[in-house]
Amino acid sequence: MTNLQTKKEPGSVKDIKSARFAAMTGNNAIAEAMRQINPDVVAAYPITPQTEAVEEFADFVANGKVKTEYVAVESEHSSMSACIGASAAGARTITTTSSAGFALMWEMLPIASGLRTPIVMYVANRAFSAPLNIHCSHDDTMGGRDTGWIQLYSENAQEGYDNMIQAIRIAEDQSVRLPVMVCLDGFIISHSVERVDLLDDETVRKFIGENKPPYHLLNVAKPITIGACALQDYYTEHKRQHSEALINSKDKILQVADEFAKISGRKYGLFESYKLDDAEYGLVIINSAAGVAKMVVDDLRGKGVKAGLLKPRVYRPFPGKEIRDALKHLKAIAVMDRVDAFGAGRTPTFTEVASAMYGLEKQPLMINYVYGLGGRDIRLEDINNVYEKLMDIAKKGKVDKVFDYLTVRE
Amino acid sequence: MALSLKELSKKEELFSSGHRLCAGCGAATTMRQIMLATEDPVVISTATGCVYVATATYPYTAWKCNWIHSAFENSAATISGVEAAYQSLKRQGKIDKKIKFIAIGGDGGTYDIGLQSLSGALERGHNFLYVCYNNEAYMNTGIQRSGATPLGASTTTSPAGSASYGKKVFRKDLTAIVAAHNIPYLAQTTPAHWRDLMGKVQKALAVEGPTFLNILAPCHRGWRVEMKDSMKLARLAADTCYWPLYEVENGQWKLNYTPKEKKPVTEWLKPQGRFKHLFSNPEYQKVVDRLQETVDKEWAALLKKCVVESKPPETETKTAPARDVC
Ligand SMILES: Cc1ncc(C[n+]2csc(CCOP(=O)(O)OP(=O)(O)O)c2C)c(N)n1
Repeated sequence: MTNLQTKKEPGSVKDIKSARFAAMTGNNAIAEAMRQINPDVVAAYPITPQTEAVEEFADFVANGKVKTEYVAVESEHSSMSACIGASAAGARTITTTSSAGFALMWEMLPIASGLRTPIVMYVANRAFSAPLNIHCSHDDTMGGRDTGWIQLYSENAQEGYDNMIQAIRIAEDQSVRLPVMVCLDGFIISHSVERVDLLDDETVRKFIGENKPPYHLLNVAKPITIGACALQDYYTEHKRQHSEALINSKDKILQVADEFAKISGRKYGLFESYKLDDAEYGLVIINSAAGVAKMVVDDLRGKGVKAGLLKPRVYRPFPGKEIRDALKHLKAIAVMDRVDAFGAGRTPTFTEVASAMYGLEKQPLMINYVYGLGGRDIRLEDINNVYEKLMDIAKKGKVDKVFDYLTVRE
Repeated sequence: MALSLKELSKKEELFSSGHRLCAGCGAATTMRQIMLATEDPVVISTATGCVYVATATYPYTAWKCNWIHSAFENSAATISGVEAAYQSLKRQGKIDKKIKFIAIGGDGGTYDIGLQSLSGALERGHNFLYVCYNNEAYMNTGIQRSGATPLGASTTTSPAGSASYGKKVFRKDLTAIVAAHNIPYLAQTTPAHWRDLMGKVQKALAVEGPTFLNILAPCHRGWRVEMKDSMKLARLAADTCYWPLYEVENGQWKLNYTPKEKKPVTEWLKPQGRFKHLFSNPEYQKVVDRLQETVDKEWAALLKKCVVESKPPETETKTAPARDVC
């Protein structure tokens, strides 16, 4: 699953603060990032597979490791509502959720972004019911991709940790002021132990700096009204500003990534290009499955096949132009999603990538797979089959079936 | 601050005129009284409903204090986040001002869709006052029934018709539900009893922990009464014991107002168009009877709970009638 996996016992987060490397689950790594960020308010509600992160954070609160006011709300609708209140009051605010919890707070997601509250939310991706399934699909955050939030996806615990820390800087930047969700794969990453390279507390504290809200509800000297209704006369302008802020946040995301590279040695972009420069066959794939796919790429390269891969990190704002530039020379591309967009006959990422490729004089052939739903394992040979399919359609020069489910009983 | 009209007239109105609530709206009078009663700076959260849509339409606001609306069912959850931020920043020495927190919701936003959010925030013990302005239906969306709508009332989703006498079930006793949370202070009142209302706001805001006011706020559109009669109807609600004024302070129930002569509930029902059908069809006399029986039973039960009877502050003075502040 991931080349960073170790056989070590998971160390308790409490014991490894001074260590530079730790064996941690994805949830541990997120909780550790939250401890280091030391937010003013956390309002959260338990749901598998995210729960461990809030439990661990509650433990930090109980032991005085953070100065956070922890609001143990009675639902996710209330967690997002309380986060909106807290953030509007000028507090640095974090929440966490998965699946049904994400769905329950759905109403509040565009409200959080529309009110420009810079909340950071960790989402351990999990499938929607029914049938109930606690394992990974990207139903929750892919469904919420157009709620006006910035979305960062993470392949492994390390990326989850790094994204959380960068998310604070991005969200709170004066030119952005938008909420950010940091997504990683439920169970596959949230519960697997990996080696994580941690920054020390002081470095994180300096990197994120102070939250400086331009206005807030606790400024008695300058009362404000937040959340007035805006009808036919002003609504469109509000939305346009929101849209622009989200699109423009791309530059800030890259700038924060540059600064983060200086303190961590780990460089992030809008997406990861893996052996794409001279590639002929490429996958576009998000989160943990990209780890498996990279191993297949290496293997194919060893056999002389020009395979490559693109792993989106920043999904909102969607870097369409950059993705087009990275993919346009390929012969054939498979876009794979751990989610279906029912009735569309194409998955969300396929639609995004295909739209980014629109207008190219010479378009690569493109196919689309749904894979790994509800945590179904994606194996090396499954990915290998996809590359073989790509070679086949490149040879034929045409696609016979654009959309399909991978590894499904018919 | 003394609750005399003389003193109040010197106070800045934090709920300013120019809002778009109807003339004669019981909720508007309620908001004005609440804001006049505050002494420390307050942050308000308001649920979607009439008070929201008519007081904050971009680029205008009627609120001269910090104020937020986020959605319909979460006024309590939203203020709980604001209050948590305050506690956190105060503990860190980033804020030193004394600030009070008030969540406002209609009966729809409180009895129904926001009940869970309210219950959660009360249980968590946030330091805030929740005010339900109860006009007994979803007025903003066109007079649909709510959990506060009385038996027999005709609303747009419980209309009276040839086969129906209107709402078929009783309202729920939200104040008692809130009392079951064992919070330090809660009360019922109406804006017609302005001194009682404002005194209760001050009492609630002085208490540490969650507090709650259920305020019957007549809506002349929904109740189908004359615009000028909102306060009269609020007064009749207390005089018929349909809406008793009482408070629960640290578990002690106290009656704040005993009508000199308990009026029959028909005096409150008859002027209201929403109950008109009950009086035009003799078959529906039984609905009126059930309403009266229930009011009697609830009043008797309340009297039993109320160990102390405290007089309403209003009756202690002979100053101007309620309309002066309305
Ligand atoms: C989740 C949700 N459901 C429904 C609505 C539509 N809605 C807005 S206000 C309202 C009724 C409000 O009634 P109430 O709380 O009694 O306040 P009032 O309008 O009487 O002031 C409804 C149903 C909404 N805004 N949000």
